[in-house]
Amino acid sequence: MSDKKRKKLTPVQQEYQTFARAREPGRPVLFNCLKAFLVGGGICFLGQGVQDFFLWNFDFTEKTAGDPTVAVMVLLAVILTVAGVYDHIAQWAGAGTAVPVTGFANSMAASAMEHRTEGFVLGVGGKMFKLAGSVIVFGVFAAFIIGLLKTGIAMLGGF
Amino acid sequence: MEAYFWAFIVGGLICVVGQLLFDVGRFTPAHTMSILVVAGAVLDGLGLYEPLIDFAGAGATVPITSFGNALVHGALTEAENTGLIGILTGIFEVTSAGISAAIIFGFLAALFFKPKG
Amino acid sequence: MQQGHQTWVFQNKPAILATAVVGGPFEAEGPLAEDFDLLHGDLWLGQDSYEKAEKKMLEEACEAAIRKAGLQKQDIQFFLGGDLMNQIISSSFAARTLAVPFLGLYGACSTSMEGLALASLIVDSRAGRNVLCGTSSHNSAAEKQYRYPTEYGSQKPPTAQWTVTAAGAALLDREGDGPKVTSATIGRVVDMGVSDPFNMGGAMAPAAVDTITAHFRDLGVAARDYDLIATGDLGKVGYKIARDLLKKHNPAIPDEIFTDCGLLIYGEDQPAVLAGGSGCGCSASVVYGHIMNRLNKGELKKVLIVATGALLSPLSYQQKESIPCIAHAVSIESNKP
Repeated sequence: MSDKKRKKLTPVQQEYQTFARAREPGRPVLFNCLKAFLVGGGICFLGQGVQDFFLWNFDFTEKTAGDPTVAVMVLLAVILTVAGVYDHIAQWAGAGTAVPVTGFANSMAASAMEHRTEGFVLGVGGKMFKLAGSVIVFGVFAAFIIGLLKTGIAMLGGF
Repeated sequence: MEAYFWAFIVGGLICVVGQLLFDVGRFTPAHTMSILVVAGAVLDGLGLYEPLIDFAGAGATVPITSFGNALVHGALTEAENTGLIGILTGIFEVTSAGISAAIIFGFLAALFFKPKG
Repeated sequence: MQQGHQTWVFQNKPAILATAVVGGPFEAEGPLAEDFDLLHGDLWLGQDSYEKAEKKMLEEACEAAIRKAGLQKQDIQFFLGGDLMNQIISSSFAARTLAVPFLGLYGACSTSMEGLALASLIVDSRAGRNVLCGTSSHNSAAEKQYRYPTEYGSQKPPTAQWTVTAAGAALLDREGDGPKVTSATIGRVVDMGVSDPFNMGGAMAPAAVDTITAHFRDLGVAARDYDLIATGDLGKVGYKIARDLLKKHNPAIPDEIFTDCGLLIYGEDQPAVLAGGSGCGCSASVVYGHIMNRLNKGELKKVLIVATGALLSPLSYQQKESIPCIAHAVSIESNKP
């Protein structure tokens, strides 16, 4: 994606960017991936525990235990956001905290809290989905297209 | 116990994909999450995500990819019952818990707490 | 008087009667804490929002500068102010409190020197007396507007910088006991196609180099004519790039006199700042506080401040535009022998 942008630059700009890139601290990709793996895996590990807790102690089945599990993970993320520590953990963990559903919850809680100064209706209500909106929009639209395709193919004689 | 091991591994690996999208692809978090959600939807369309859930448990249900999977699932289940219109009506059936929880707890957070800056 | 292509030489040498600098909790933990007039322990300054806190800081800096000069608000004839907020509300609302004829400026993080240059021009050309210029920035307000909500868990890359929570103001007049502003070079907008809002240093370095080169060329001076040349907020990355670009294209600036305000304001024990400080308040607080103190003590005789600004908006970035940048240079001389 960044290379496509570079081709639209003039030769002077391209030369400068090469010059500048050589003097920038690179992102520690491997180390970041390791951190993301550990924290992300850890959050999923915790999620597994929460799911089992609901399975054994309540009347949930494998299928329905997903709902309260997600709700608990969301609550945990919001608590950490409110405590002001989620962003510090995330600076270290990167995708490890962003990819699990905790990242989704944090984005909504953080936006809601931040925009309270603009009032509850326009601020909290209007801007809560600032970051999470794209996930919902694209998820729903993708599901729609895939649903159409699969149903259409099935109707036309099957796969 | 084996379930926990695979939950950790698979969940971790999905996060690594996200991290690579951040660092190598230079995508923003919003772009990355959107890509992952669509990936989850596509994988379910290909019939690959449910087996992953059976195998890795929370390792597949906790990452945001499961959101895409759940949306497609809802759409297809409803479509089987009520035909094409089911695609529209079924989409949100399975995912409301996560979104509702995020809205409710997010609102409560804004009600009672200030950001720390 | 204009000299060369884009430089003003101030024949009458406007004097900086007083400056004042106000900072936040993070700045209080930095190496230049002693050079602040007022430091706040609360990021909100007891206000309802970050934006209101920034306005309050700028008001405090302006009022302190006026007081330190032994004047009253009524004595101030013009106020030039700018900041990072949309529609420069911090400055406009501070101007409302000051009730002084107001010129709003926008130069992003180069506003401090843009203001000083214009204020000097007004005083030097006898168009006004007791001219106040000031600027401010607030870390949380800037993050909220330009990047993400402050509690959002995004991972910043090592090239990212930390917006300084500070406000700085300077009061100028025809004559007085204080350092003199001798010249100003107005920068052009330079865009090298950098489009990563988490790498401001890389985007701004070419603008700094362009203005520095123009300054030396217009006035026929060299780096060694100054005791200190400080850029506004290039940070670790931009500073390195600018230094090497200058070495490559001449004029090279000796390392011992070349520095950057974004590197001075925070210490090694504050790793959260990543590549260094940034924001309007960065250059303003370092120059109007630390550097001004050194000029007043006579430790520095002639300095060149090159404030750098990235002229993007959150929208321009989303519309796939690159980041155009600008740098304004002002030379200040100590009046101590």
